[in-house]
Amino acid sequence: MSTGMTPDAITALSGEGYSRRNFFRSAGALIVSFSIAGSMEQASGQTASGFPTPTIPNNQVDSWIAIGGDDSVTAYAGKCDFGQGFRTVQHQLVAEELGVPLERVKMIICDTAMCPDQGVSSGSQGHPTQFGTGALRAALATAREALVRLASEQLGLPVDQLMVENGIVYSRADRTNNVSYGKLIGGKKINLTLNTRAVPKNPATYTVLGKSVPRYDVPPKATGEFEYVHNVRLPAMIHGKVVRPPAVGAKVVSVDESSVRTLPGNVKVIVRRDFVAVAADTQWEAMQAAEKLVVRWTAGDRLPDQQTLYANMRRMPSRDAYTVVADDVDEKLKAAAQTFKATYFHPFQMHGSLGTSCAVADVKGTGANTTATVWSASQGIYPQRDSLALILGTAKENIRCIFVEGSGCYGLNGADTVAYDAAVISQATGRAVRVQYSRKDEMTAAESFGPAYVIDLTAGVDAGGQMTAWNYESWTFNKGNRPNATTPGNIYSGGLLGFAAPAVNPTMTPTRPAAFNNNGNVASAYGTGCVGGSCGSTGNVQSERVLTRTIASPFYTGPLRSPNRLQNTFANESFIDEIAAALKVDPVVYRLRHLVDSRLIDVLNGAARGAKWDTRPSPKPGNAKTGVVTGRGIAIVLYEGNNGYGGLVAEVSVDQGSGKVTVTKLVCSNDSGPISNPDGLRAQLEGGALQGMSRAMYEEVKWDATSLTSVDWRRFPVFKFGDPLPVVESVLIDRPDQPHMGAGETIITVVAAAIANAIFDATGARIREVPFTPERVLATLAARA
Amino acid sequence: MAEVVLNVNGGDNAVEVDPDSPLLYVLMDAYGLKGPKFGCGLAQCGACTVLMDGEPYRSCTLPVSEAKGKIVTLEGLGTMENPHPIQKAFIDEQALQCGFCISGPVLYGKAFIDKNPGASEAQIQEALGGLLCRCYAHPRMLKALVRYAKEVKA
Repeated sequence: MSTGMTPDAITALSGEGYSRRNFFRSAGALIVSFSIAGSMEQASGQTASGFPTPTIPNNQVDSWIAIGGDDSVTAYAGKCDFGQGFRTVQHQLVAEELGVPLERVKMIICDTAMCPDQGVSSGSQGHPTQFGTGALRAALATAREALVRLASEQLGLPVDQLMVENGIVYSRADRTNNVSYGKLIGGKKINLTLNTRAVPKNPATYTVLGKSVPRYDVPPKATGEFEYVHNVRLPAMIHGKVVRPPAVGAKVVSVDESSVRTLPGNVKVIVRRDFVAVAADTQWEAMQAAEKLVVRWTAGDRLPDQQTLYANMRRMPSRDAYTVVADDVDEKLKAAAQTFKATYFHPFQMHGSLGTSCAVADVKGTGANTTATVWSASQGIYPQRDSLALILGTAKENIRCIFVEGSGCYGLNGADTVAYDAAVISQATGRAVRVQYSRKDEMTAAESFGPAYVIDLTAGVDAGGQMTAWNYESWTFNKGNRPNATTPGNIYSGGLLGFAAPAVNPTMTPTRPAAFNNNGNVASAYGTGCVGGSCGSTGNVQSERVLTRTIASPFYTGPLRSPNRLQNTFANESFIDEIAAALKVDPVVYRLRHLVDSRLIDVLNGAARGAKWDTRPSPKPGNAKTGVVTGRGIAIVLYEGNNGYGGLVAEVSVDQGSGKVTVTKLVCSNDSGPISNPDGLRAQLEGGALQGMSRAMYEEVKWDATSLTSVDWRRFPVFKFGDPLPVVESVLIDRPDQPHMGAGETIITVVAAAIANAIFDATGARIREVPFTPERVLATLAARA
Repeated sequence: MAEVVLNVNGGDNAVEVDPDSPLLYVLMDAYGLKGPKFGCGLAQCGACTVLMDGEPYRSCTLPVSEAKGKIVTLEGLGTMENPHPIQKAFIDEQALQCGFCISGPVLYGKAFIDKNPGASEAQIQEALGGLLCRCYAHPRMLKALVRYAKEVKA
């Protein structure tokens, strides 16, 4: 076993620690804790192989934390890390809340057999969840309170005369009067239920959180010692390669196994409905076999014409839902002194992970005795386990999914579907199997794309230029989503295996909301968000109607970093800029006239100040209509309507001869409550800003009559090294007195709008379609008034 | 299948492989190395980069039969306990997120800077031209490489 493996991988692969109980035993340090008696009983029912896996109850403190008699601290969490540094932040949280040194903390994250089920690690929910009630921080606070109470009994002092430092409880008056956590626990067993009212430390007093603790994963990654899911190797493991339909929706007619019979590597062919794969001893042999296997497919679906897609979306049957609907919108628009109207277009985009998705599976036994261990880089190993139960025909307790980090995923990339592939091939061959996709498979036959959007916006203003009505209507696509226990058909391989994605059933009349929920950032920041008498948004425009129409998609769709929020914010934040320009008001000043949320106002001002914003209306006076011109734009968002404030100023130069736009500077401004790790936060903002720039400037999924044509990095261009790199700066707003919010997606959400607004500022031409390619910019310049 | 002798990270080792197999799979599977990674198999991203006699090559498209000289992968530079100065610069700058691309920026950067000590940020950017990092840690990576360039010059 190599030494550079992550703790998770060591645990997972060593065979020791296969169950939670065995892990404790092999660690030799036992134990704490608290309701361990219950866990031991549960564990004793296990088979030698560790199945069925125990259920880890989220409401028990020892599901989250174990303190050894030797004072060692092990924490378990169901929120994973994909390179954002959340593993390190969780370490900081454990050390901080428990009052132990950082280096004493060991973390086990995301193993369905060992860690509490925290669902999916997505949606910028890591921070709000772990610092919220009922999760890691609450478990830690419960444990600390219990330990201090124990110390109070032992030292004969009231709790308020005690303090914790380095895992030792001291008398405040006499530091020689103390006792360590390890000694306090001794051999005692204390059942402790997580107390959602346990009082966590005040963030203003943090000493470990709030510091730029370096990430644990950087040194092994920089030296090539890090164990990715791609590096998991099991004894006698073989390599699988999938053979995907050449056309979207094509079905298997026949598979000629003789076409690969003479190839080296003990080639096996696996066919299950429309799922086709080969397996061989080595990757290279499996690749050769996958290429040579002769499969006859049906013609597949006829794809919608991409050139006319946006126009045709309006005519397609749709499922319609209001996010907010005031009844006086038409009336207010009619009465307005001036009205504005614009339409925005956003393409299908993909995650485009740098490394193709990979998983390793080891399926044993048959029928109801089938057991499976799966190593996966998924954001959702718990729902992955649940959905694999249907695919493999066994109980979910017979499946253990272990998270091992992969290439950055940015959402629902191919990580889940490749886990299905590995499990199905392993079940068919009775061997441990590793599957890693080809680049083409990853881009065309695994992804759940971020869906295209057409967004119509209309607004009315009064004689003073104040907005009086805002009307949003959009058309977008859906097919599938994240898989869960009942929906393996939500992703690509589930479909091949015969599980359908839930239908998008058209509605006769749009559904109306019971409460304001702006999770998709469909409603702009400038409305009041009033539903049923209570108002939940950040602006002052009362007359607001927001209607989304969802169409059945030709391709699988799913969460892509800032899902739907990015597309909607591109439209909303471009549109307010258009109105401000038409009214000849500075874009910051005009936004401020319509905002009531002080934190959003602060983020807006923070971005403007950070960028030394030149207060004046757009477009920039004096810019010529030819040659290279410069400009600046701004955009803001309250992510998900309640989960992190972001603002961004983009500065661009536009070559009006070639249509080439160069982003020269991006100034981010962010408020996500208390800052856990300032350098980690900066890294998220920088990465979000530049990834958002790549999506705004380059990225668009393309297809022809039957197939996706974005098959590699040449045909799906992205921002790369050597392209002009803007200066990226960040303004961090720390709010120790506020709840923790997410920060992974605030900035990416506003990039496209900030750049479009900057292009307008520079040229007076409004670009309303992503990506802002030179051809599209030239066409926009040619059409300008 | 044929016996191929490769000098990888300082040691000569014979392996039984298909000579047509790209070097990457041999390094990953026969040598069990984790530094070079499969990103595209098309020499479009750089995740599979290795050094051969100090020059960067994309191992995903290079047949193992054409591999020659001293092959150095990311793990051949240094270790966590004793990182190479260029790796230390990346660690100090926290210059990666998922880290899957890292062989590209580190090894292209090293090859260029070792020949051009004190290279400017713009020159280093150009030397890295075409490499991909989808987490977009570019600014930190360039900072790390400029730091390394200054060290090499000094």
